[in-house]
Amino acid sequence: MSQPTDLNIDHVAKLARLALTPEEKATFAQQLGDVLHHIEQLAKLDVTNVEPSAHAFAVENVWADDVPRPGLPVELALKNAPAQRDHMIVVPKVVE
Amino acid sequence: MSEVFYQSITQLAAELEAKKLSAVELMQAVIARTKAVEPRVRAFNSFDESDALAQAAASDTRRAAGQSRGPLDGIPVALKDVIAVKDQPLTASSRILANFVSPYDATVTTRLRDAGAVLWGRCNCDEFAMGSSTENSGFHVTGNPWDVTRVPGGSSGGSAAALAAGEAIATLGSDTGGSVRQPAALCGVVGMKPTYGLVSRYGLIAYASSLDQIGPFGRTVEDTATVLRAIAGHDERDSTSYRATILDYRAELAAHKGPWRLGIPKEYFGEGLDPEIGAAVEQAIAFYKSQGCEIREVSLPHTRYCLDTYYIIATAEASSNLARYDGVRYGHRSKQAKDGVDLSYQSRAEGFGAEVKRRIILGTYVLSSGYYDAYYLRAQKVRTLIRRDFLEAYKDVDALITPTSPVPAFKIGEKSDPLAMYLCDIYTIGVNLAGLPGISVPCGFTKSGLPIGVQLIGQPFQEACLLAIAHAYDRAHDWNTRHPIL
Amino acid sequence: MTSVLPSVSSVSPNQSGYEAVIGLEVHVQVKTRSKIFTRVAAGYGHEPNTLTDPVVLGLPGALPVMNKAALDAVIKAGLLLGCDIAPVCKWDRKNYFYPDSPKNYQISQYDQPICRGGSVEIELPGAARNVMGGHKHIPLTRIHLEEDVGKLNHFASDSLVDYNRAGTPLMEIVSEPALHSAEEAFAYLTSLRATMVYGGISDCDMEKGQLRCDANISIRPVGQTTLGTKVELKNLNSISFVRDGIAHEIKRQIGVLERGGVIVQETRDYDGMTGTSQSLRTKEEAHDYRYFPDPDLMPVRVDDPWKERMRAECPELPFPKQRRFIEQYQLPYTLTSVLVWDRALADYFEETVKLAGVAKAQTVGNWIVNDLLREHRKSQAAFADIKVTPAHLAANVKLVDSGAVLPNAAKEIFIEMFATGDMPEAIAERRGLKAAPTDSGELEQWCRDAIAGNAKAVAEFKAGKESAINAFKGPVMKAAKGKANPKLVDETLRRLLAAM
Repeated sequence: MSQPTDLNIDHVAKLARLALTPEEKATFAQQLGDVLHHIEQLAKLDVTNVEPSAHAFAVENVWADDVPRPGLPVELALKNAPAQRDHMIVVPKVVE
Repeated sequence: MSEVFYQSITQLAAELEAKKLSAVELMQAVIARTKAVEPRVRAFNSFDESDALAQAAASDTRRAAGQSRGPLDGIPVALKDVIAVKDQPLTASSRILANFVSPYDATVTTRLRDAGAVLWGRCNCDEFAMGSSTENSGFHVTGNPWDVTRVPGGSSGGSAAALAAGEAIATLGSDTGGSVRQPAALCGVVGMKPTYGLVSRYGLIAYASSLDQIGPFGRTVEDTATVLRAIAGHDERDSTSYRATILDYRAELAAHKGPWRLGIPKEYFGEGLDPEIGAAVEQAIAFYKSQGCEIREVSLPHTRYCLDTYYIIATAEASSNLARYDGVRYGHRSKQAKDGVDLSYQSRAEGFGAEVKRRIILGTYVLSSGYYDAYYLRAQKVRTLIRRDFLEAYKDVDALITPTSPVPAFKIGEKSDPLAMYLCDIYTIGVNLAGLPGISVPCGFTKSGLPIGVQLIGQPFQEACLLAIAHAYDRAHDWNTRHPIL
Repeated sequence: MTSVLPSVSSVSPNQSGYEAVIGLEVHVQVKTRSKIFTRVAAGYGHEPNTLTDPVVLGLPGALPVMNKAALDAVIKAGLLLGCDIAPVCKWDRKNYFYPDSPKNYQISQYDQPICRGGSVEIELPGAARNVMGGHKHIPLTRIHLEEDVGKLNHFASDSLVDYNRAGTPLMEIVSEPALHSAEEAFAYLTSLRATMVYGGISDCDMEKGQLRCDANISIRPVGQTTLGTKVELKNLNSISFVRDGIAHEIKRQIGVLERGGVIVQETRDYDGMTGTSQSLRTKEEAHDYRYFPDPDLMPVRVDDPWKERMRAECPELPFPKQRRFIEQYQLPYTLTSVLVWDRALADYFEETVKLAGVAKAQTVGNWIVNDLLREHRKSQAAFADIKVTPAHLAANVKLVDSGAVLPNAAKEIFIEMFATGDMPEAIAERRGLKAAPTDSGELEQWCRDAIAGNAKAVAEFKAGKESAINAFKGPVMKAAKGKANPKLVDETLRRLLAAM
């Protein structure tokens, strides 16, 4: 298991899309360092040949037949939109 | 007899049925009580009086026409503000959803409507259900009705407090690591987390999808059973919903007769347990023994790993579940954004509170490239071991009995260290990791008058048995007849 | 999937001394009625944001539920391409932020795709247009299923988002880096698209975004076995743009190396209109998708009965069909290469042959490839709406064959048939296009006159010169004003000559 110091808060905040203040970064780095230190003890456990549990009660093949149902009317779909035009959601120009 | 807003569903249903009380009168009484105590308790994020009264009037009309839908018809039920109610606010107590109005009903909401319940206000909670005190709400802190300078527990603190304060007759919460049971214990009410998959999560704002489960709060175990019956059952809109046989849990209370075999997991009675709570739980164990139950010590050897396992799995899932709150389609949109990408950075920074940001960062980190195997995958494997511990114990016992919370309600602002707060959940988290049903039942008070809860943990999908065991204690004690002075 | 033709290598060393290595990632929208994880309708060309629901929009509390038909389709695609179908697969979340992604994670399949292996058979250009080229199988790495995202429309100062496309089932088909030229990539896409359309899996209309292609391209000196630095080329939104874009990129990379430069690992955007490309991002900015199993969805187990049900729905693919047409109907390559690429056309051909007789297969093929397709193109109608059915065409072929109608008249009949949908006999009757009646006493008289007028040919015929009979046919046809039934003329002449 990795050392808590591995936590590159800038990189992780970027992945998480969070603009953090320098104060937040410092506080979180310290607090999460403590939490990660606590988590270190998991590394001591032998999990060889243990299957991971993604679900408490895994059932296979849960699906529905391909029969369309009515969706949301566009007015209701966009009711919570912060900005809209021509029945579409407006976002500031996307540059990446 | 206590005030109408402190009566149980069973009592009220009888009065409504006998036409000694109308649903509108009941709703009016609950509204009046809410207005009287809410300035101190602040259990609700929002409520809609006229909508509730209209629902109550519809209930009275049904009953007059001989079309009552059963014991919940006309009963005011308040929901944690993470459960969608069409045309009502849905905020998860987060500023990022401050203005969000749900365009749809959660499945539990639909089922409560079908049962005739009057959908009352939306209860405060920790932001996105992340916390154990409701102090992480983005709006306000809820006071514990027994001492408003103390927390009601969390994350479903508003649901527990509203019930304890007489602001609703029953409530719903959601439980990811103890978020129904722990506040139930701290507020002196019954709170239950059903087996994962028994109650549909469709319309429940996700915190950690593989652990979240909606659960009822009631004044009595009997009331809890009544509400559970209304909300449980397979839902085609939730792929993790289980095709379990749904029983009339209230009727089943009488059908399941002890004595039962109860296990005491030794790992749950160690360091960190408040002595007064330990003593109260011992008394509850003694009660079961007096009823002829076989009490035996069991071991859940991986208990010490529960907290870490939980925080890895829950935060990882949360980091992904909360990615949708980006200021694009709905919710808070930053006015500072330079462009479409910056929009999400700024909106999330402005909209989320500190605990949510902390957990998103932790969850993002444990999933990030190079760390997945060491953290997330390993935690999923340890989860398997934790589950096995419980299933092993159930070879010898019908249910487990433990404290619900290591401590009674603490002072608002007392626990500033995240790790100290996380320790509040040590007795409840294992149940979520193993997907089991658990219930917290009031079992006494501390010397300073704070409620104590005892937790019973059942076998998967054996809610009827678990409720019967809890009911045996509950009906033999009168803790629930005591009410806070507000 | 084994080719009956000898496999040939197309790796012809580039004149520059470099060899290109290309892998394609093709996204194909699966044609289902509802979306992949919710039951609101899927579709193209609807008013913006009218195909949404809480799941599509990623509203708080919404949960996904698999669409069985999307799974059926991808299993069928896997079987058609000879893939191994995983007995168990699961769903993972691919986490990345973009305004067109409603949840900011895409439900996809990471380490357990539903299909692995398999291949796409391609035909390389032949020596001439009427000669079949060599065939080879391009191996596939995997096929997985995922959800499509919404659509961003960019404007001068802002962007508008439409989520109608979000949640459409999308297959990602990843080839091994086993293609070596723009032509091979073109052939690969052509064959893959035909396979998907044949299987009813997708309409693969690139203009509608139903088939999208990204290419990973590297070059290396001929003879080198290690791979060069790869460049990902995006936005290749027509099959010709794929060919042009890849050709352009190969040339660009060779140019860079020739000038002594180095290839940078990057993603480039190809503009098909200008034939240029520009860098989008370099490797340092690569994503960390933080894949993990989606806790909202259960795993999928594909058992043998399910696979067999899907196998039963698998049609014969174009190349096997082409080999069969050549073998069974003795069709020339040029005809088959038109007929087999369109399932409806191939089916039309076979139905007509069933009615007209196998001996007439080539005639039927010619009618379809020349006349039917010509009229169809002119009409601009959908193929399914064509009024000339196989029964019409077979009847017309039979009319010519029986001599009731002459070939030129049959062409006229066909055009009218195409316009009106009337049966050929009726048209021939109405338009007076029928050959002379078979019982005409006139015909025998014309034959007698012709024989009487050419004693030399009679002698030659009697002496065994078979072709001498043709000398009488001209005068007969002239007398009949071209409307005599040639078969009957022939019979009558032989009868009269034999009696002499």
